[in-house]
Amino acid sequence: MLKKIRFWLALVFWVSITLLFLDITKGLHIYLGWMAKLQFLPAILSINIGVILLVLALTFLFGRLYCSIICPLGVFQDFVSRIAGRFKKRRFSFKKENRSVRLYILGVFVLMMIFFAPIADLVAPYSAYGRMVSLLFQPIYQWIHNIGASIAEHYDSYAMYSLDVWFKAGWAIVVPIVTFIVVTVWSWKTGRGYCNTVCPVGTLLGLISTKSLFKVNIKDDKCVNCGLCEKNCKAQAIDYKLHKIDYSRCVACMNCIDVCKKSAIVFSRCKSEKAESKATSEVDESLRKTLATTALLAVSSVVKAQEKTVDGGLAVIEDKKIPNREIPVKPAGSRSYKHFSNHCTGCQLCVSQCPNGILRPSTRLDSFLQPEMSFERGYCRPECTRCSEVCPTGAIEKITREEKTAIRAGHAVWIKQNCLPVTDGVSCGNCASHCPSGAITMVPLVGNPDVKIPSIDSERCLGCGACEHLCPVRPFSAIYVEGNLVHGDF
Amino acid sequence: MSDNNISRREFLKIAGTSAAVTAVAATGCGKAVDSTGVGDTSTSVSKNIPTDKMTYRTNPKTGDKISILGYGFMRLPTISNQSARESGDEIDQETVNKLTDYAIEHGVNLFDTSPAYCRGFSEHAMGIALSRYPRDKYFVSTKLSNFAPQQWTFEASKAIYQKSLKELQVDYIDYLHLHAVGNGGMETFSQRYLDNGMLDYLMKEREAGRIKNLGFSYHGDIKVFDYLIDNHDTYKWDFVMIQMNYVDWHHANQLNPMNTDAEYLYNRLAEKNIPIFIMEPLLGGRLAKLPNHVQEILRTRRPESSIASWSFRWIASHPQILTILSGMTYMEHLQDNLSTLCPLEECTDDENKFLEHVADEFVQFPLVPCTACQYCMPCPYGVDIPTTFTHYNKCVNEGYISVSQQDANYVEARKRFLIGYDRVVEPKRQAAHCISCRTCVSHCPQNINIPQKLHDIDDYIEKLKQGTL
Repeated sequence: MLKKIRFWLALVFWVSITLLFLDITKGLHIYLGWMAKLQFLPAILSINIGVILLVLALTFLFGRLYCSIICPLGVFQDFVSRIAGRFKKRRFSFKKENRSVRLYILGVFVLMMIFFAPIADLVAPYSAYGRMVSLLFQPIYQWIHNIGASIAEHYDSYAMYSLDVWFKAGWAIVVPIVTFIVVTVWSWKTGRGYCNTVCPVGTLLGLISTKSLFKVNIKDDKCVNCGLCEKNCKAQAIDYKLHKIDYSRCVACMNCIDVCKKSAIVFSRCKSEKAESKATSEVDESLRKTLATTALLAVSSVVKAQEKTVDGGLAVIEDKKIPNREIPVKPAGSRSYKHFSNHCTGCQLCVSQCPNGILRPSTRLDSFLQPEMSFERGYCRPECTRCSEVCPTGAIEKITREEKTAIRAGHAVWIKQNCLPVTDGVSCGNCASHCPSGAITMVPLVGNPDVKIPSIDSERCLGCGACEHLCPVRPFSAIYVEGNLVHGDF
Repeated sequence: MSDNNISRREFLKIAGTSAAVTAVAATGCGKAVDSTGVGDTSTSVSKNIPTDKMTYRTNPKTGDKISILGYGFMRLPTISNQSARESGDEIDQETVNKLTDYAIEHGVNLFDTSPAYCRGFSEHAMGIALSRYPRDKYFVSTKLSNFAPQQWTFEASKAIYQKSLKELQVDYIDYLHLHAVGNGGMETFSQRYLDNGMLDYLMKEREAGRIKNLGFSYHGDIKVFDYLIDNHDTYKWDFVMIQMNYVDWHHANQLNPMNTDAEYLYNRLAEKNIPIFIMEPLLGGRLAKLPNHVQEILRTRRPESSIASWSFRWIASHPQILTILSGMTYMEHLQDNLSTLCPLEECTDDENKFLEHVADEFVQFPLVPCTACQYCMPCPYGVDIPTTFTHYNKCVNEGYISVSQQDANYVEARKRFLIGYDRVVEPKRQAAHCISCRTCVSHCPQNINIPQKLHDIDDYIEKLKQGTL
């Protein structure tokens, strides 16, 4: 019974969170966004006291239910382990807890969170799962969706539309691939091995769960020492010979209760065992590394207007390339580069939700896998505040559309040697005519008043990238956006 | 297929082939054509089209009998990949051959092309399709399309003409047009044909019999038309091509102040007894798919006839017309037009009056007067101009352009406009990428202020996206 409840709750959470990352309707976050905000590490980073207390209280009452219901990476491992169980039943046996390793990893994790968060985030469970789904599985999901969209198109239906499918991470895609392989193989072999060795949240909650009020207990009088519970314990936490359970690793999955033929295992109150604990929770905000700055102006090949002799056809358009930004552009709502780096766990929820194809994980070391903006496929549209709505960690704070019009996330920079009026003598001004904040004015070039060039009012520029995206010069635009280290007030 | 009545089985096969083409062809020549021919297949496909009832008109000079329906090779079907968005589509020669066979079998004998059509591949395709028939079974019509300034020299122009002979695999051309005179006014005309001695050369070629009939196709500046007709005694035009249909008859000027009503053009040519070729009988498909409520009136009068058939019947009812050129991409277009003109049922006075009303209604609609002729393409910055206009017009016709968010169908209209636009034009080729370089403007035979229209559409899109309509 208890196992069934746990199973169905876990399934609902897992499927919902996965859908949230895969989401192609871009509307699910309204209903499911709270599930991301329940995640423990994001809650700590956004100092969401309510959620932190809730998870701690839950663990203190019932043990690590969080790990077996709310954490998507945990449930994912159960899923893998379940499949493995089809091939080889009752494959687990008790292992002694390697406490010093667990505490050591937790300690390093906390230090890394303080001084170099992007690396620490690599092992954080929720964001590791988010990266896998968002960067690996979403493109596949979208591709399948596009088959549906092309069928819809064939029948002139507007129910589905085609999505731009691309792998957003660049070379950093190795990270979710490695995570996927490690977690899958590990859980195939040892069930919750990752959770009970590496996972910092698991270790932390394990410290509390040893003292939780309700626990799984083996009743000595009923137990016949058959060992079924041990063989089915995916946390490898039951020692049936000694009738002992390691509560720091037990994730309260209730499988043992279900499997015991003698009803010798119950979930009940019991006297707590003594266990040492260490206080480690709050993660300080602190300085992270300053920026490494190397920038080269990308000199661009310019579209040459071809002389027309025949009708029809489409001129070849080169794809835009990512310019070398000295300071990456972070989404509006992230307040400052520092604030963003300190709060973001790189879960990729905003990346998977961005409807304009702008956000993608960074491959810079100092903000590794934390999202940044680039404008080859679109620009940060004035009416959109989706990333700020979905962010569970408060790295991107919730903003309204009106507030967004006053946030200066970056500023445009003009590159004279790329600009079409200068190079080709063609009149242009596409940047000026599309600037949502009217920050660009076309002015005569000094020394050649016939040529009109864009002049940028940085005070009004929001760094939305409309100018960069719509600049006709390819592959490198003649106007591009540099990030602001501190975003304008809002 | 040689029987007078095409068997049902064979017919289904043809219809199937063309339907398959319909599904995939969407770029290059075939791009804008989903709206070019017949709007509805339900009325046209189930007819038996006679093979011996084609209406013919006689060329007064040569005595040749010319089919009133001429086959235009400007909108040929293409082999497209599924995405159907990238350029570089090849002409679907196999389908072109099938269409040609079907046309010839049903009495069509005039085929029109230009060195510029279909990115320059149209003449070649026509050469392949027609060279399978004896030379006296068909008449070819092509043009001297020396549009680019570097082609204005005598040598370059002559090379274009000689290439036409080679591509078409013929040793004489039945009808040669000076292509689109009027665009660019007298100045451009002089540079293209007078100053370089090209017109004199072509007249000599006519004497030599390598050009059977010499004429011109006209768009734009009326001064050029008047000049050429005023000097008819010198040039002895054997034919002239104009744009004429029941809308352009009295409303061409109203739709665009640069253009002249077809009635004036027709009457001047009739006065001189010059045979007339007609182009754009359907205004690039806009007269095949009218606004819903207008369409309803036409259907009420002739429920069995397609919307397109009205324009063909109306044009063909004018005696001075030698042939009507129609760019038929798909078998349904061809079949519909054949069933309209085999034989022709002329418009009554009553119907003419009625069509005047339809034209009045038509011009009230904010359509972009684009015929999807592709002359503006390729846009040097990659914008897909004709498909953008075709999409916009489609939404206008179907009632999916919103005036404000209060409109009853705003949500649906917004969805259809935005999703539909992404489907037919990939984002990097959409209206927002027009930089107003104005290269296209001088190429447009309809004198559309293309950048302005693109910006209007882009503004509309922005309002839809931002929800500020």
